[in-house]
Amino acid sequence: MSTKEAYSPGDQPFASEPVSPARMATSIRDLKKEYVLKSETVRALRGVSFDVPEGDYVAIMGPSGSGKSTLLNLLGCLDKPTAGSLMLGDDDISVLSDDELAEIRSERIGFVFQSYNLIQQLSVVENIEVPLYYQGKLGSSERERAILLAERVGLKDRLDHRPAQLSGGQQQRVAIARSLINDPYFILADEPTGNLDSVTTDEILEIFDEFNNEGRTIIMVTHEDDLADRAKRIIRLKDGMLALDAKVSEERRDETRQAQRLAVEELLAKTN
Amino acid sequence: MLWLRTWRLGIKSLSLHPLRTCLTMLGILIGVWAVIVLTAVSQGASDQVQKQIESLGANTIIIRSVKPPEEKLAGTAASQYGLLRSDLELILGSVPTIAAAVPIREIRRQFTYGDRLVDGRLVGCTPLYDEVNQLKIRPNGGRFLSDADAIQKDTVCVISEGVAEKLFPYEEPLGKRVYIPENQDFFKIVGVLEHRNASAAIGGSLDSQDFSADVYVPIETLRRRVGDTIVTRRSGQFQIEIMELNQITLQVESVDQVRTTAAMIEYMLAPKHEETGDIAVVVPLELLEQARNLRLMFLGIGVLIACISLIVGGIGIMNIMLASVTERTREIGIRRALGAKRGDIVRQFLVETLVLSFAGATLGIFLGFLGPGMYRGLIASIRVGFPDKFAALPDAIREAEPSIVYETIPLAVLIAVAVGLISGLYPAIRAARMNPIEALRHE
Ligand SMILES: Nc1ncnc2c1ncn2[C@@H]1O[C@H](COP(=O)(O)OP(=O)(O)OP(=O)(O)O)[C@@H](O)[C@H]1O
Ligand SMILES: [Mg+2]
Repeated sequence: MSTKEAYSPGDQPFASEPVSPARMATSIRDLKKEYVLKSETVRALRGVSFDVPEGDYVAIMGPSGSGKSTLLNLLGCLDKPTAGSLMLGDDDISVLSDDELAEIRSERIGFVFQSYNLIQQLSVVENIEVPLYYQGKLGSSERERAILLAERVGLKDRLDHRPAQLSGGQQQRVAIARSLINDPYFILADEPTGNLDSVTTDEILEIFDEFNNEGRTIIMVTHEDDLADRAKRIIRLKDGMLALDAKVSEERRDETRQAQRLAVEELLAKTN
Repeated sequence: MLWLRTWRLGIKSLSLHPLRTCLTMLGILIGVWAVIVLTAVSQGASDQVQKQIESLGANTIIIRSVKPPEEKLAGTAASQYGLLRSDLELILGSVPTIAAAVPIREIRRQFTYGDRLVDGRLVGCTPLYDEVNQLKIRPNGGRFLSDADAIQKDTVCVISEGVAEKLFPYEEPLGKRVYIPENQDFFKIVGVLEHRNASAAIGGSLDSQDFSADVYVPIETLRRRVGDTIVTRRSGQFQIEIMELNQITLQVESVDQVRTTAAMIEYMLAPKHEETGDIAVVVPLELLEQARNLRLMFLGIGVLIACISLIVGGIGIMNIMLASVTERTREIGIRRALGAKRGDIVRQFLVETLVLSFAGATLGIFLGFLGPGMYRGLIASIRVGFPDKFAALPDAIREAEPSIVYETIPLAVLIAVAVGLISGLYPAIRAARMNPIEALRHE
């Protein structure tokens, strides 16, 4: 799971101070992605390099069309880069087959989507178990683990509910529990709070904070500075290139967290 | 365990749209039902035909007198035609493969006892007749005609169950005398027969042979008492018909000699009868084979209908599964993102079509078992609702007892499953081929 290459700021303009040379959840080098269309070739990523050590909490930002989703798809092994390398542990995913990528997804990656993406005909527990199902692991210990995770995200008494019977925030909690069931190298979250109100957004971010404090690695795409400031690190893309890779100071994180909590409390006080 | 999960998932997904699922199963259901019911009915019908023909005996040859067309009778008032006693002698004298021969003379007569009266056939025959025609004396019913009766030309008779019932509803017939008004003759009853089912129609008479209103007497007695000449009055005119024998039933020593013997007999009788065309040689063995062909035809039609229905069912499944794949693009994307391989997606959708076709087949089998009952109900309602149509139906259809051919059940299931697999494969592959990123973006 470790990579030989230590994190190096290189010649990137806004390089943060070196993160400890811990094990890398992922490291990408000169990653390029081109979409060949009939009339033109879209260069969605034009050579991006960075490492994500274990335990990091990265917010990926950037204007629309800058390549955030493209990058996330590559990190999530849903797509293969046109050039460059993407290491996940000891494996370079750019050389793997479709089935091998699927295996990596079920074993090493946790997904949290903007629109929750739960499977409608499955119950909460069953939804949480899906990645294990595709690993071929299904037993009472897996079931126990799923229940435990459901409890962790506060859905203890909703185990047998269907997604349609849950609120958006609850559905996103199920998705978070599901993203953790396989003990992933990192959680990939694409605008996880995009469909949620500010109160629920705060709840979800609290859960992220909690898991990150336990050492879970989180990579989250977001448009909002407020949300990004709760991460440990911000990576900003522009036109398919790395425009910023900066650490968020502890004070800034705390401030943002406090401010948001206050706002939520005010809001709750007003509505009650 | 994994497969079990996949099956459970398939059933779950299908139960999200119960009505749609049921409608989709209908094609397979009807196909399987058709296979089972049509084979059962054709089996029943051909059993019926076969039974009738077999009761004629596979090793028999029947030669019957046939009334030739009017112009060949030379316009005389008294016409003679049909089999001659000399024909029988000729056959017996020169065909070595004959095991038994029964000459028969039948005349329509009325029989009376006291003031009771019944219409029937007066049949002159020899003591072998009962054996050749599988007739049985009923318990404590006396005996059939004997050689002694034949030699002494006694006025004794054996009556069929039908005659016994009508003339002697409350009495014991044995020892009583049946009166035949037209001949002013009494015949003493020495035997009463058990009921016997009618046998197949044979050439020369359109009716199937009914044994229920017969009175059997020694043929020599009949000849002496009645003679060969029958005078009938029809529309004010007397018609005189002279016939020596109505029929000769021959038993051949073994079944494989039947055809050659029949050919030999036809050849021998040709000089006297070919020109007038007043006899017919019937070989039940050939009828039996015709019946087998008939049955094959029935089966063929059944299989054809079933195939069409199964193809339609398969198209229905494919159609629904294609719609379902499109509808569930998002789900496919989610599953792929969470680690489903292409094979997993194919399996998931194939399992659904298998569940569909399997459930359809199971229901079809279940309803198929009700098929024979439905058939009987249908026939009964035709009898009540359209008596004329009912009468026009062939015996084999009217009296068929559908019996389920159990071999067709695994066959039907196999076909249904194959249809499910084939029609599900394309949608499943299409689902698996989808790009997970695009699938996730769907809607
Ligand atoms: N499948 C594709 N085929 C062709 N071009 C694509 C494809 N996916 C993305 N692109 C192009 O690549 C570029 C980067 O797209 P991407 O979706 O990564 O942007 P983004 O940063 O996620 O934007 P947004 O914030 O609007 O979601 C865009 O110009 C887009 O048009
Ligand atoms: Mg995007």
